[in-house]
Amino acid sequence: MALDKIYEGAVKEGEEPIKLFKRAYDGTVIALSYAEILLTQALKEFGPNAAISYPDTAYYLPVMRCLSGEAVTKLGELVPIMSRMREQVKSGLNMENAMLWGEAVLYAAETIEVLNYLRGEEPKAGPWTGFLGDPVVRKFGIKMVDWTIPGVAVILGRAKDSAAAKKLVDKLMGQGFMMFLSDEIIEQLLEQNAKLGIDYIAFPVGNFTQVVHAANYAFRAGMAFGGVAPGERELHRDYQRRRVLAFILHLGELDDVKIAAEMGTIFMGFPVITDQELSKDMQLNDWYISEPDYDKILPLAFEVRGIKLTSVDVPVPVNVGPAFEGETIRKGDTYVEFGGGRTTAFELVHMVGPDEIEDGKVTVIGPEITDIKEGDKLPLGIMIDIYGRKMQEDFEGVLERRVHYFSNYGEGIWHVAQRDLCWLRFSKDAVAKGWKIADLGTLLLHKYKQEFPSIVDRVQVTLITDQALVDEKIKLARERYRARDARMKTLTDDKVEEFYSCLLCQSFAPNHVCVVTPERVGLCGAVSWLDAKAAFEITPTGPNQPILKGTAIDNERGMWQSVNEYLRPASNNTLEEVNLYTLMDRPMTSCGCFEAIMAIVPEANGLMITTREHSGMTPCGMTFSTLAGTVGGGLQTPGFMGIGRTYLVSKKFIPADGGMARIIWMPKELKEFLHDDFVERAKEEGLGEDFIDKIADETVGSTVEEILPFLEEKGHPALTMEPLM
Amino acid sequence: MPRFSDLDFTARSSSVPRVEEPKNRERTVDPAALEMLKVAQEHGVYTAYDRAVAQQPQCQFGYKGICCRICIQGPCRIKADDGPASRGMCGADANTIVARNLVRFIAGGTSSHSDHGRHIARTLLHLADGEAPDYKIADPAKLQAVAKRIGITTEGKTDIEIAKEVAIEALDDYGRYGDQTCTFLTTTITKGRQDKFKATNVGPVAIDRSVVQLLAQTAMGVDSDPVNIIFGGLKASLADYTGMHIATDISDILFGTPKPLVSEANLGVLEEDKINIAVHGHNPLVSEMVVSAAHKLESEAIAAGAKGINIVGLCCTGHELLMRKGVYIATNQSSQELAIMTGVLDSMVLDIQCMMPSVTTAAECFHTRIITTNEIAKFPGAIHYPFDETTAMEDAMAIVRLSIDNFKNRDLNKIHIPQHKNKVVAGFSLEAMLDLFAAINPDRPISVLTDAILSGEIKGVCLLAGCNNLKQFQDKSHLTIMKELAANDVLMVATGCSAGAAAKAGLMAPDAVDKYAGPGLKAFTKRVEAANKLTTGGLPLVFHMGACVDNTRAADLVTAMANELGVDVPKVPFVASAPEATHEKSISIGTWAVTMGLPVHVGTMPPLEGSDLVYGVATQIAHDVFGGHFILEMDSEVAAKKLINALEYRSWKLGVHRDAAEKYATSLAQGY
Repeated sequence: MALDKIYEGAVKEGEEPIKLFKRAYDGTVIALSYAEILLTQALKEFGPNAAISYPDTAYYLPVMRCLSGEAVTKLGELVPIMSRMREQVKSGLNMENAMLWGEAVLYAAETIEVLNYLRGEEPKAGPWTGFLGDPVVRKFGIKMVDWTIPGVAVILGRAKDSAAAKKLVDKLMGQGFMMFLSDEIIEQLLEQNAKLGIDYIAFPVGNFTQVVHAANYAFRAGMAFGGVAPGERELHRDYQRRRVLAFILHLGELDDVKIAAEMGTIFMGFPVITDQELSKDMQLNDWYISEPDYDKILPLAFEVRGIKLTSVDVPVPVNVGPAFEGETIRKGDTYVEFGGGRTTAFELVHMVGPDEIEDGKVTVIGPEITDIKEGDKLPLGIMIDIYGRKMQEDFEGVLERRVHYFSNYGEGIWHVAQRDLCWLRFSKDAVAKGWKIADLGTLLLHKYKQEFPSIVDRVQVTLITDQALVDEKIKLARERYRARDARMKTLTDDKVEEFYSCLLCQSFAPNHVCVVTPERVGLCGAVSWLDAKAAFEITPTGPNQPILKGTAIDNERGMWQSVNEYLRPASNNTLEEVNLYTLMDRPMTSCGCFEAIMAIVPEANGLMITTREHSGMTPCGMTFSTLAGTVGGGLQTPGFMGIGRTYLVSKKFIPADGGMARIIWMPKELKEFLHDDFVERAKEEGLGEDFIDKIADETVGSTVEEILPFLEEKGHPALTMEPLM
Repeated sequence: MPRFSDLDFTARSSSVPRVEEPKNRERTVDPAALEMLKVAQEHGVYTAYDRAVAQQPQCQFGYKGICCRICIQGPCRIKADDGPASRGMCGADANTIVARNLVRFIAGGTSSHSDHGRHIARTLLHLADGEAPDYKIADPAKLQAVAKRIGITTEGKTDIEIAKEVAIEALDDYGRYGDQTCTFLTTTITKGRQDKFKATNVGPVAIDRSVVQLLAQTAMGVDSDPVNIIFGGLKASLADYTGMHIATDISDILFGTPKPLVSEANLGVLEEDKINIAVHGHNPLVSEMVVSAAHKLESEAIAAGAKGINIVGLCCTGHELLMRKGVYIATNQSSQELAIMTGVLDSMVLDIQCMMPSVTTAAECFHTRIITTNEIAKFPGAIHYPFDETTAMEDAMAIVRLSIDNFKNRDLNKIHIPQHKNKVVAGFSLEAMLDLFAAINPDRPISVLTDAILSGEIKGVCLLAGCNNLKQFQDKSHLTIMKELAANDVLMVATGCSAGAAAKAGLMAPDAVDKYAGPGLKAFTKRVEAANKLTTGGLPLVFHMGACVDNTRAADLVTAMANELGVDVPKVPFVASAPEATHEKSISIGTWAVTMGLPVHVGTMPPLEGSDLVYGVATQIAHDVFGGHFILEMDSEVAAKKLINALEYRSWKLGVHRDAAEKYATSLAQGY
């Protein structure tokens, strides 16, 4: 629906919500005056040139950056902006003005909050988050705008009691919602020991104007993933309305400032539902509404925001959803654990014939939860047999990796690593709710059927906790792993017939096109060539399409006629040509989901890599967040590129530019993450086993000046390679 | 957002009548006052109680704060929600008018307290300069403590030299022309409040300037931003705090820091066979000297046929004397005229504030001599004896002699002393409170109190303060709230007329603990009592902290609690209540208490209902910004519940934050 149409019917003629508008106007006056008092005082104390910023963001003050384009870095720059906002506040009590008040209040709140940072009053003590940095936005933002996360609930105020608060939040968390929490709902949830924090996508941002951190999170999505340019106010509002399925729950007594701020959320396209009774003159149809019954408030919110829940309930005793994906089960919270070097464990997806399988069967062989006591360890074999008419052996690995995601979706279930290195924990809470080993089978079985309906027709899961049987079956598993690895070695860019496109991110980055090859994983790290191939089988008209390779135009730089032909229309005619094997000339674009970014460091004649997890400065003078702001949005930016982590150990890692020998800096954590594969690849490249030690990291330095002497001392090969530029 | 644990409570007051039984002149629950009202009627004397009835119904424009009298184009009233009648002639709307009227009350209150404080500071300076020989440094230890706190080195200096520096520093706070925030403010508050006041630009640099600026700001045609006006009011209210703190500190230096002692309260303290002198007002400079002079003139009184001289106190100057000298409290504000009608009051010596102009009219029917002493407070029909600090004792003796001389004029047919009085244990300066706690924990005395709150033994602390207000029945709200808080284990400190109400009703007597305290409060009080060797016969239910100017003692108490808990004031389970607020001073005190971060109950509606914006800022948004807020609740039973709720809410939040800090291994959250 066009943006100017969305408020149609909000105000019925003759039934104008005069009281709501009056309170919103008063609240706007309060917020703007307060912001002005704080700003003027700060200017007196710190001067107009004082640097102001939120931590870990390349989007300046995102509300302002997004809506009016200013790249505010200094205190004095806020003055004309806030003057403009004061001026746009007119006293006429109508919808049009209310939207302008709301916008002004968002600016006021952003000003008030950044001044808190200037004064060092932020960040708060955990679990309160305050401003959420770009790494968090990037981690969950895509799921927010592609609706893997079905919606966003901004809950502010205080629920009628703490148990009711937890019930609401549990319900939302179970359905995979992202949540921003402000004011005393946070204390209520803490009191109830509810799950809170970044790991659960339930952000307790703070109190009062800190709720603006929900708005500045959402606004960054339009710039990071939507490719909407800063300052394109109406396009951003349109993006928010269409892609960010947020609504506001205002619990407890209303006040003028909150009402005014809520006009700001309505301005963004997000409706407000309160548990307070509202008189007629306090309501906006479908936009500012009341539902005192806590059992009805969520369905109503979903309805007015157009949120459709598609997930099917999985019949297990714990909540299941992406909200629990990041949950860590600490040792003290563990009831039982499997694998991880402590016991023998493995997982295996095996393609079977139609007669070898009884669909829906879950079997546990060996002790169940009820046979052991808290703190025990068990061996575990997870054997998943799959039959599907379109199933291929090549998909076994793809599906097997899903064990990790699916099991982590379970609340209180924790899984890391894969194959025979896997490591699982069940929490005490989960077991207390009745979770059994068999439930893991049920969970996996349902998720496979739900997410891969076209290649998975029948599933049966056998969970083995009997030591002797695990020892026996693991041999079979290892045989399959070896066979798969051998097959993978044959899958090279040169040997396959087709590459795959990935347009998954075009829902929010409309011009970006990923080309996934066997030796170049998607920049998000989540889509390999085999994944894309499987996805194509599942949805032949979906975002992953085969590109028949044909003959190369340029073998070294990796340019194919077929790829270019696919690229042009797929990028909405914004891109003509792409080279897959170089960083320097018409390189691949980035959407915003990249795990890592590489950038050239001309002084060292090499390139550096930084990751989403590394928040520190880098030798190119920019943090990950700042770099991310320059490479995203589907633009070709020679010298800079977003990549998946494992692309570094690919044989096709920028061969045209000299390959991995060019890497002169990367975070220590990335070195450790890739270590064995990296050393192996370095040996193959003839760079020697110790090449990884010649690469600088943040312990050596974070500026060119700091690392150059180190590179020279170690005799880094990049220094003597032919010039990059 | 609701700031009460029970969500049925909102920022709006319950719908009780704003004027209780408007036609009933027996507007008090004090038995002595009720008895004297009959006497007044017999003599055909009108009192405040009659006038309260006569004033009904009161103007609702004024009541809601939407009558503007700032310029003489007015008075303008806000008569409609929109159209030309929705604004004054100049264009000021309800928000602007209400905000301006309200902060002008603050300017008035600040002027009252700070002028009082300046008078005392100047006396200290005169003393140091040898010009006020009748005063002395009664408490050198307090002088040292104040000097140290405000950054004056004391080593190698005599008390007189230190006193001079302290006086100058205090007087600097009135008229500084630089940009440094007032010393007596910044040195007595938490680091958190210092930062907050700086960031929000509400720290005054000079008391006088903040008042002048506020009047300039709120003149016709200047500031129309209600929020900016309110912030101007906050600055003036903190100037009020500063002046009050100066008054209390230096009064302690000059007259001694109060210690626990025993006295009595209510009209039954008047003695038929003695010369009865009532000292009335607020400033101890006069009344202290009157007490000393009376001791010296005891023989003259006997010579005049009396058995001696009985000094009794009215209002806060009485509380100053009660706290330091054990002088009886005769009554509190509303019933001041009734003291005259006992027929035994030989003189009423007035200084400043809360003295009814009608005392002279009442005195016309009796023999009482009304003697005014201050150049800014003269009453037609009263003797004016200009009191001068440089000749203080001489003046005080003259005033006492005027009283002795009047003994012979008593009309024996008009004598009626109501036989109502109660024991009072008073004298609880912060120093005295900490001494009591030190008997349990000498290293961190205040932890005795905070630990009792953390353990749940007591719910928190409530400061009962403020006036009498005859819109309600005198003392009724004070006593209702006190009894309810006591039963719910809230430790209470009281000042001014609230303390007067408690004292008269026996709530400052030790047996009130057994009668009214809940199990936790009783256990706590008895534990502190047992640890101390008291000569007072026990500790009271409500701790008397002094005159209304001494409310900063309570602020110092909550500051000490905050520092002990490692939090800022808004997190401390501490509330304040002015059940019968009347004077402009109560508005300035209430405002600084909110700015300090306290929930402040006011039981008589200040004139702000004409602006939803101002009402919302006072009752809701203030918490978001400063951590304190007004609880405007006219029903005293509901008010007590709201106060208890506010304490429970704070304890709940503090507890959750402490648990969270442990669970997440972080420092204690500072949000509120």
